[in-house]
Amino acid sequence: MSHRGSRVLRLDALARVEGEAALHLAVRDGTVAEARLRIYEPPRFFEAFLVGRGHGEPPDITSRICGICPVAYQTTACQAIERACGVTVDGPLAQLRRLLYYGEWIESQTLHIHLLHAPDFLGHPSAVELAREHRAAVERGLRIKQAGNTIMEQLGGRAIHPINVRVGGFYHVPAPAELIPLAERLRRAHDDALETVRWVAGFDFPDATYDGPFLAMRDPGRYAIDSGTPAVMTAGAGSNGPAPVRALPVEEFERHVVERQVPHSTALVSELDGHHYLTGSLARYAVSGQWLHPSALDAARAAGLGDPATGAVCRNPFRSIIVRAVEVAHAVAEALRIIDAYEPPSRPYVEVPPCPATGCAATEAPRGLLYHRYAMDADGTLTLARIVPPTAQNQAAIEDDLRRQVQSRLDGPGEPPGDEELTALCERAVRNHDPCISCSAHFLDLTVKRG
Amino acid sequence: MTGRVVVIGVGNPFRRDDGAGPAVIEALRARAPEGTVLTDSDGEPGRMLGLWRRQDAVVVVEVVHAHPGQPGRLHTLTAERAARCAVRSASTHALGLGETFALAAALDRMPGELTVHAVEGEDFGLGRGFSTAVADALPELIRHVAKAIDEAHDRLRRASTLADDRGSA
Repeated sequence: MSHRGSRVLRLDALARVEGEAALHLAVRDGTVAEARLRIYEPPRFFEAFLVGRGHGEPPDITSRICGICPVAYQTTACQAIERACGVTVDGPLAQLRRLLYYGEWIESQTLHIHLLHAPDFLGHPSAVELAREHRAAVERGLRIKQAGNTIMEQLGGRAIHPINVRVGGFYHVPAPAELIPLAERLRRAHDDALETVRWVAGFDFPDATYDGPFLAMRDPGRYAIDSGTPAVMTAGAGSNGPAPVRALPVEEFERHVVERQVPHSTALVSELDGHHYLTGSLARYAVSGQWLHPSALDAARAAGLGDPATGAVCRNPFRSIIVRAVEVAHAVAEALRIIDAYEPPSRPYVEVPPCPATGCAATEAPRGLLYHRYAMDADGTLTLARIVPPTAQNQAAIEDDLRRQVQSRLDGPGEPPGDEELTALCERAVRNHDPCISCSAHFLDLTVKRG
Repeated sequence: MTGRVVVIGVGNPFRRDDGAGPAVIEALRARAPEGTVLTDSDGEPGRMLGLWRRQDAVVVVEVVHAHPGQPGRLHTLTAERAARCAVRSASTHALGLGETFALAAALDRMPGELTVHAVEGEDFGLGRGFSTAVADALPELIRHVAKAIDEAHDRLRRASTLADDRGSA
């Protein structure tokens, strides 16, 4: 077997050091023999060291899993613990939680759209070159992101790893007047978000289809983020129309979603009833698109995503950038609605007394469905913790997508692709899914083997 | 509007030597002059760009890899030099510090002055605590940064006085 075109891409000199992944692609006789996303981020043992901690600690401990989506971890942990203890957090406290979660969605999705994904469509190697040529768009992205950031700081206590969240609610809740400047910022962000939908809708999108099953939270009447029940939309067989959706009660999650170890990755690989599947923006849009905020719904229609009200589904991973942009518009509009209707709760949290029980919950992190399960004894000491993050769930689907896209290129007309073209294609394919390794991949080395 | 001195410690305190930046910020909290903004950051560019205004003097404290390396060695980088280190990012959702500066320059959002004080790291494993090389270098790094803060304040004061003189002339 020859070995050429080995290419190493890395951040030099001032690199951050949070996560590591590589892609291994083997092409033999014009056929993709192997596409492996090798995650070699060291194991982090969060599930192990949660055991023995108090039942009030998971929100603070699990928020450290990710600097981009800590609220997803906090919210899911709180819900699972509260469910175990038979406590329901509703009313203004639930609304504030959702507002904080929207802040994270706005930040995370906007970062990916404007600084990481858009350069792929406009022929730029990075956000820096993009900013030189499309300065207004990047400035707009930073403004939207800053609005999400402000929600995080105001409700979470700080922008990274928020500290104001506790089981049962918050340590401190804002007075309505404190949210007025935030609402002003969000109003501008709403216009900006709609403009971003129009911007990304004008990009050129290669043909591609992910036709495996989708998994997303479903809560009829609402574009589910922190409520509802996991639901599976069956494989689409290339259709952009609706496919049957079946509920997967969260209590049964682990019976259907099975994680297994693979030699090439320190992340577990998940399968849903024995098949790879996709969670995240495309899945949410397929399952809940009809319940988007009206302004986001209009934007989606105008952007050519079809009419989600009649069940249009987007299965092209490249077009996920439009879906993310629509989700940002939705999140901003809903955040504004929450602030406009906000009346402070009588107290910042409800008591959650421990009890010997098990509880599980799932919510929609920006990258997809996040599942937690905890068991505790009578004094609240945790005896078990299970966390299934979205990127681990998507790993097999990303590998499938890579195989199909590279194969499609190899089978297509024109000159056979060189390593450079394949590298670019693979990187784009991975970025379409916005994976979060550690959750974060800071070095993506690509090895192409041909034989 | 008068500029501020903004000091940003970039890094992750739970990845050994990568936490040197935030550690310097903590060490300076008790002794930084009034009007100094001390903050830490995970280096995420959108948040970084929001930490300063154009008239500010920014001091970034960071850990670097060098090739060949000498753990514990201190570096002072200008903004231009740091931005030149912005090779193409291969990351899926992160940008490096150099790219953050290059992005700021492309958007005309660079601060009035910017310097990076860095130490070469050795151990980026999981957990708290520094390698011996970085631990030994920290006091010197803190002195460098403290001096940079004082000098930045002096320059801002002189610039402000100059502006006042021009205004009253």
